Amino acid sequence: MGANTRDIRRRIKSVKNTSQITKAMQMVAAAKMRKAQMRALNGRPYAENLSKMLAALAQAGGSTELHPLLQERPEVKRELVLVIATDKGLCGALNTNLFRELGKFDPAKTTFVSVGRKAAQFLSRMKRDLGAEFELKEAFTFLESKQASKFVINKFLAGDVDKVSVAFTDFISTINQKPTIKTILPVQDFELSDLEGEQGSKKVEAAASTVDYIFEPSASGVLEGLVPHYVHFAVYQMVLESRASEHSARMVAMKNATDNAKQLIKDLTLQYNKVRQAAITTELLEITTAQMALG
Amino acid sequence: MATLHLEIVTPEARAYSDDVELVVLPAVEGEMGVYPQHIPLITQLKPGELVVTKDGKKIHLAVGEGFVEVTGTTVSVLVDMALTEADIDENAAEDAVKRAEARLKEGNIGDEETALVQAAIAKSMAQLHVKRRRRGI
Repeated sequence: MGANTRDIRRRIKSVKNTSQITKAMQMVAAAKMRKAQMRALNGRPYAENLSKMLAALAQAGGSTELHPLLQERPEVKRELVLVIATDKGLCGALNTNLFRELGKFDPAKTTFVSVGRKAAQFLSRMKRDLGAEFELKEAFTFLESKQASKFVINKFLAGDVDKVSVAFTDFISTINQKPTIKTILPVQDFELSDLEGEQGSKKVEAAASTVDYIFEPSASGVLEGLVPHYVHFAVYQMVLESRASEHSARMVAMKNATDNAKQLIKDLTLQYNKVRQAAITTELLEITTAQMALG
Repeated sequence: MATLHLEIVTPEARAYSDDVELVVLPAVEGEMGVYPQHIPLITQLKPGELVVTKDGKKIHLAVGEGFVEVTGTTVSVLVDMALTEADIDENAAEDAVKRAEARLKEGNIGDEETALVQAAIAKSMAQLHVKRRRRGI
């Protein structure tokens, strides 16, 4: 008895500590996930009204010249990719999967912009052209995510890039998140994320066509403001999606870690008891032998 | 009496939703009052004060930049900020104005940031305006 049992005991203790931490992280991630999903849900009325307005505008402004953000460039010389990743690790393969998607872009022709520390780290490690880094805290507001979208819009308008895509993780369910790349500039359709579903937006368009709006100051004037806003909002939504994905991925990863730790504790305890029993048996044997020798 | 269904939504939440008698909006072209049966209209809003009249009582809200869609029976307001008087933290708004003005004075900021800071000032001023008018300052 001695060194061996003590070692096992020490290991059990340390594994127990780890499992407590992962368990706590799992709970925190679960709470944050619920919150993130709620936020995405709260944005829905806004998304509906926004696409309704855009549909009405697109109809009225059909004859007027296309807004620069809607114009497709004949040749894509340079692309910009906005990568939305997490700030922290310990969320399974979430970031790895997302970064794998980035391989599709030609490093020589692409500028990257990162949201989240992990994205910045990855891009600088890969020596990619990193245009800017943005960080959004947990409870970020629309105004904060707007800084990132404003940056990419300006790049696009200045002609530095001809196409802007966003790489983010689409939240499908708690156990399923899909790394997705979506083109946001030039704006191709007025559909706001998957939240709405196709039927929703079609209905909206039909409703809008029956009303004849006046635009103040003018249709193009309103379009001028509304189109960039649409892009800002699309980016905001994608960040929200990514956040919801992050927390659910972390929750699942931490749940697995907790389960593994529990199994390990079970195995170690069994081993510990075996060693302990063996030690006792040996000791008893020694005592009896000694007594017999004396007697 | 005929009423309008007013809905104010921000990206974060549905800030206000009720049937009201009159809405006064801070449109880019100037203040605009909307009564029921208003002609369908879409316009842009600038940061300022939005006044709602419901049952003869006035409700003041500070709103940020955004858009409004008016039909004969509904008004949908899409803004990036909508705060009622009770939600406004006067000190925080004052601080924000001071900070932003200090930032402008420093001078060494680009056009982009200047515009951002000015927008922040306009929004904070709108909040202060709503908060203070009731006290007659």
